[in-house]
Amino acid sequence: MEGTAVQRRLIWQVATVAAVTRETPSVRTIELSVPDWPGHRAGQHLDVRLTAEDGYTAERSYSIASAPGEPVSITVERLKDGEVSPYLTEELRVGDQLELRGPVGGYFVWEATDPGPLLLIAGGSGIVPLRAILRQRRRSGSDVPVRLLYSSRTLPDVIYRDELDSYRDDISASYTLTRTQPPDWTGYAGRVNSALLAEVAWPAHKEPLTFVCGPTSFVETVAEGLVHLGYQPGRVKTERFGASGGR
Amino acid sequence: MDTLDGNALAGLFAEVFGAEMTNVTVTCRTCGFTAAIGETVVYPRLPGAVARCRNCTAMLIVITKVRGVNCVDMLGLA
Amino acid sequence: MSPITRGFRGRRNMLAGAENRVPPGQYMTDGFPVLSAGPTPHTPLDQWTFSIRQDGGELKSWSWEEIQALPAENVTVDIHCVTRWSKLDTEWRGVSMDTLLGAVEHDDGYILAFCDGGYTTNLPVADVTGGQAWVAYEYDGGPLDPEHGGPARLLVPHLYFWKSAKWVRGVELLDHDEPGFWETYGYHMYGDPWKEQRYSGD
Repeated sequence: MEGTAVQRRLIWQVATVAAVTRETPSVRTIELSVPDWPGHRAGQHLDVRLTAEDGYTAERSYSIASAPGEPVSITVERLKDGEVSPYLTEELRVGDQLELRGPVGGYFVWEATDPGPLLLIAGGSGIVPLRAILRQRRRSGSDVPVRLLYSSRTLPDVIYRDELDSYRDDISASYTLTRTQPPDWTGYAGRVNSALLAEVAWPAHKEPLTFVCGPTSFVETVAEGLVHLGYQPGRVKTERFGASGGR
Repeated sequence: MDTLDGNALAGLFAEVFGAEMTNVTVTCRTCGFTAAIGETVVYPRLPGAVARCRNCTAMLIVITKVRGVNCVDMLGLA
Repeated sequence: MSPITRGFRGRRNMLAGAENRVPPGQYMTDGFPVLSAGPTPHTPLDQWTFSIRQDGGELKSWSWEEIQALPAENVTVDIHCVTRWSKLDTEWRGVSMDTLLGAVEHDDGYILAFCDGGYTTNLPVADVTGGQAWVAYEYDGGPLDPEHGGPARLLVPHLYFWKSAKWVRGVELLDHDEPGFWETYGYHMYGDPWKEQRYSGD
């Protein structure tokens, strides 16, 4: 059954890097070949474990960037002082192996049967699970109305830009650039605040289902802003990525 | 230090309970606030995992792993 | 045994000649990771006290001004966290626990340190005397950051750093070893990093 993750004891298994794609100068998508992948749901994530030669291990969580039914992939942003992300975004090669555990997550998931309308709000690499949701929406033929608000530092930092553009006739997408904007920019500028939310979010009476993902401070600002707009907290799902994108 | 939320413990919970737990709703014994485990405040990278109530910061769940055996204390749940 | 991830090294660096200063299973870091089990407390200094308690009562208490007026020491020590990072040559300033415990009369063998936020940890008196422990209020030449336990934390560098309780507000004198927060959940009662005493039974 597509989209249903089989419930069973979760174990670490070895995955092989099947492909790597550069999304932005600091972001890379890694497609993985996982021998016993049980399938996953849009919005879930997986845990990655790396082991150095001397036995030192590091674990991180990454949202699954692909829709159910597609090959498993994660999109990783290189953090300035990161320990794992520089390795995954710069060093890791096709054919390399790493351990992963997943899929996990039963809260921050979207099914095509969930009633809409849908509001997706992303900060930085928070777009990753939301892109899986958008792909799943397309794959399932769902016509649930969608509004997307995506906050990035600069235009080159917008992840999946072309793909998100391809949804333009099907969803209402708004972009805000917080650091610098190109001269011909027609989108929003500056951080997401209550005024911007009031302008682009669904009116509360439409009872939308909302997914907010990104750095912790971004998620808290947005969630608070939505509640002020009258959104039901129970219909606002949040996933925090920590200081700046990674977990 | 930035806190995370219960989603960050999804893998650990699945390993411990053999099932998805982040969508399970829990009630804080201290203040009565109800939320999904995925919405609790999680302090990362500790000797163990600690999930706290988003409303009153009381400790809800503590998980440690000692020699491969998980110790789970749902001390703060009603 | 987990398969080795080709080319992964992590962020660690080993100082030449430092090998004998890093306990088994530990890795050196040049950062200072912030590990906390709860929100950072912010007790105003005019309400802050450090007390020594026994049998449900208070033997002695110092205000912030009084602690500042006590003789203080600058110490440079290596610290070892049970989450496997070690940091060498960290610089602190604080009051020796010898000075504080020396101000009361007792014959108890153990303490349970207690802190703002509710954290506790247990130690033998013998391990927080003899120049082995401080109530530290400065780190790296400046006031101790709240994130790292300020205004003051316990500093017991010869044991795993979970024993160096942040936001410490005093110690309870006991005649027995009473497990504190992490000890209750399976962490070692003593915690000697050189014997890798991470968990109970190690």
